Amino acid sequence: MNITLTVNGGEHTADVEPRRLLVDFLRSTVGLKGTHIGCDTTSCGVCTVLVDGTPVKSCTMFAVQANGRSITTVEGLKQNGDLSAIQKAFKEEHGLQCGFCTPAMMLVGTALIEENPDPSEDQIRWAISGNLCRCTGYINIVKAIMAAAETTREGASS
Amino acid sequence: MTATEHRPHTPPEIGGLGHSRKRVEDARFIEGRGNYVDDIELPGMLHMAIHRSPVAHARILSIDTSEAEAVEGVVAVVTGEFLAGYNLAWMPTLSGDTQAVLATDKVRFQGQEVAAVIATDRYVAEDAARMIHVDYEELEPIVNPQRSLEDDAPLIRDDKEDVESNLCYEWDSGDKDGTDAAFAGADKIVTLQTHYPRSHPSPLETCGVVADVNPATSQATIYMTSQAPHAHRTVFALVAGLPEQNIRIVSPDIGGGFGNKVPVYPGYVVATAASLVIGKPVKWMETRTENLISTGFARDYYMKGELAVSNEGKILGLRVDMLSDQGAFYADAQPTKFRAGLFHIVTGSYDYPVAHVATRGAYTNKAPGGVAYRCSFRVTEASYLIERLVQNAAYELGMDPAEFRLKNFIQPDQFPYHSPTGFVYDSGDYEAALRKAMGMVGYDQIQAEKEQARKEGKLVGIGIASFTEVVGAGHGEDYDILGLKMFDSAELRVHPTGKAILKLGVRSQGQGHETTFAQIVAEELGIPADDIKIVEGDTDNTPYGLGTYASRSTPVAGAATAVISRKLREKGKKIAAHLLEASEEDLTWDNGKFHVAGDPESAVTIQDVAFAAYTNPPPGLEPGLEGVHYYDPPNMTYPFGSYIVVVDVDPESGQWKVRRMVAVDDCGVKINPMIVEGQIHGGLAEGYAMSSMQYITFDESGNCIGSNFMDYLIPTAWETPRFELGETVTPSPHHPFGAKGVGESATVGSPAAYVNAVIDALQHLGVTNIDMPVSPDRVWAAMEKANSG
Repeated sequence: MNITLTVNGGEHTADVEPRRLLVDFLRSTVGLKGTHIGCDTTSCGVCTVLVDGTPVKSCTMFAVQANGRSITTVEGLKQNGDLSAIQKAFKEEHGLQCGFCTPAMMLVGTALIEENPDPSEDQIRWAISGNLCRCTGYINIVKAIMAAAETTREGASS
Repeated sequence: MTATEHRPHTPPEIGGLGHSRKRVEDARFIEGRGNYVDDIELPGMLHMAIHRSPVAHARILSIDTSEAEAVEGVVAVVTGEFLAGYNLAWMPTLSGDTQAVLATDKVRFQGQEVAAVIATDRYVAEDAARMIHVDYEELEPIVNPQRSLEDDAPLIRDDKEDVESNLCYEWDSGDKDGTDAAFAGADKIVTLQTHYPRSHPSPLETCGVVADVNPATSQATIYMTSQAPHAHRTVFALVAGLPEQNIRIVSPDIGGGFGNKVPVYPGYVVATAASLVIGKPVKWMETRTENLISTGFARDYYMKGELAVSNEGKILGLRVDMLSDQGAFYADAQPTKFRAGLFHIVTGSYDYPVAHVATRGAYTNKAPGGVAYRCSFRVTEASYLIERLVQNAAYELGMDPAEFRLKNFIQPDQFPYHSPTGFVYDSGDYEAALRKAMGMVGYDQIQAEKEQARKEGKLVGIGIASFTEVVGAGHGEDYDILGLKMFDSAELRVHPTGKAILKLGVRSQGQGHETTFAQIVAEELGIPADDIKIVEGDTDNTPYGLGTYASRSTPVAGAATAVISRKLREKGKKIAAHLLEASEEDLTWDNGKFHVAGDPESAVTIQDVAFAAYTNPPPGLEPGLEGVHYYDPPNMTYPFGSYIVVVDVDPESGQWKVRRMVAVDDCGVKINPMIVEGQIHGGLAEGYAMSSMQYITFDESGNCIGSNFMDYLIPTAWETPRFELGETVTPSPHHPFGAKGVGESATVGSPAAYVNAVIDALQHLGVTNIDMPVSPDRVWAAMEKANSG
């Protein structure tokens, strides 16, 4: 099937097998390796991308289902060449160790802050509860999203 | 040595030990520019998928690959028979056993590798792998080690000569007669029988490989998820018969290891063999199910522990009998001399004269592994057993569990402490750590709250674990893996402009080596950490080392880094003396500068010295400022800590919730407190996971039930408790800068604290044990049994 997707603002057209997963399309066809694969059952969440702004596990969506949609991956988080608030916060708050869950965690955090600029700790924990991390115990991931929300609010009000 | 505070000696712009320097490696990860094995694409690369056994124990009658071979895009189908032609159907394990690469005679666990398809596309390879047809004659599956050792149990390892039973190993430690005598004279004997369940490290990145063998040059470049790339190169040389100089193992970014990426797995070997034969690169990445059912299980120890105590509350001796479920191949990655790893550290943080530890392992029809899951070779099982026993002993004596521990701790003036099973603990102040944790949690008040809650029909429990680990193996005389001595190495090259590159034999999997190892050099040489690049994970470009596991990196490679830095500083002193026209004896070193004693104005910097090393070396001195050091540690290090958990148990449902988790760790001198805290957070979460939900189970046919993340439960941010951290600092006296290692402390120490807390909430009902995972249904059943009894 011929499909056209917008990925991080750029259009990509390709002929894909209907069964091809969105994550494989992004990694192999578009060549963006920041979206990872960690399980076969939509459980770990490391493949999460934003589809029209909403977090979606890209191992459970066929590429053809994303036809005509706009996808944001970790590679699309930088704004005008600068790191986004959440990228900076993950580094500042030591919100990552092995880095494998990080792109997805940052995307989920970005979507949460977009929807709720002042999330509580529980709201953050609930938002990322579809994403596993084996290194951090989540403590500093929560801190990083909290800090990014604060920076974003300050940026919006200034 | 007593607990002390440690403050940085260097200013932040140098960034030596004790600075919470932000991580260097984050720059690529936050942009999605990490480079994991699955990110590697080579021209012409093929993809491999493995056909696995659906049954746990069966004789292979025939394998039909014709349908798979006919699929468009399939390049080759590899079977064990094919590999046997290259003498590759079997390979050695890290415990000196053998393991089938692809099964030829029998399958011995569900999920065992039987054949592999190489195709132009991953999807095609997976399709074709399902079109391989194998005829099996099913045999009795053995799903527990007790059945395995019965006389009439079928022989699992009939491939081995002169093997008559399923006994895998038998090993003991300590003084049996002395221990029996101590027990004969004891007032009380406290017994605990428990199963430390089968678990899996399951890092979020599964295991994988891209094997690229160039048939023209015989050069094999193998990109793989490897915690121990140098040791793996040697194993590949031995397995495949390839000349070692032609093998280059590249271990790129690793998405978590936790012991899962220490062994060599059949998939790596098959992909390499296929690349060799086909002449193209071959990629194999496990699915999560493959990861959980076939690689690197951990734990699975059935333990009986007995503590002999006096009525006054003194421990007189310890007796342990342990039987482990090893799966079909004995594949523990552990020091050769010690058949149950370092499990004999089970005497713990307490002072008593005698102990005896008897261990046996049995083959079963389950996946092999026995990896040290975020743990130094079975220290986790040991720590769990003694800390659970001590808690129960306190109850039997009618003592407070904290008081019982304080009465039996090894005292600070007893170090170096010779344990009854032969360890020499380097340093510790166990009382200081426990008292600090008690202070943080408000121990007396929380005990009072617990009593009050009980009167109101609520169940509150307080659990303590005062663990001692043993990490950082070797030294080489006693500790080796397949004969390779457990040293590690560091190669430091200071360039003419004063910038440096440090090359290591270990491999980070998220620990942050690129940040912390630069801090060690910064501390020792005064070169700013930002000016130091770390290289690891490429065997062509780093010195030999045994790798990162068992919390080895800081104790061993960190020590090597400090020593080589000091050697270069000594050489630098000669150059500085030449530049200052002074005598070496008159020079003083101060954070990156040499100056004549009493004359700070005369200083030359380490950068001046580095430049002179290449442009103006003293006559007769070898030019350059580079060197390599191989560090064989004189002893291991013994991190410790005290954790206190407070839980609320719901009497109706058996659900328990962590109200407080206070963790006081002592890992000696810290390189980077921020990273240490992060590692403790992770370990406490994994300890919670093991105590509450992680469990790989099997049914009576040997079907693996925990084969995906819907059945093998890993806590999310929602379930994971909040943690409160504290510290004491007791330097290791033998480590060059007093560090001990910390990456595994919390996984080792915390499971007993969580379980002790649940048991504490129920012990007045007569509940003395619930095996992990302490799931709500098990808690509920234990309460029901107590109520009905």
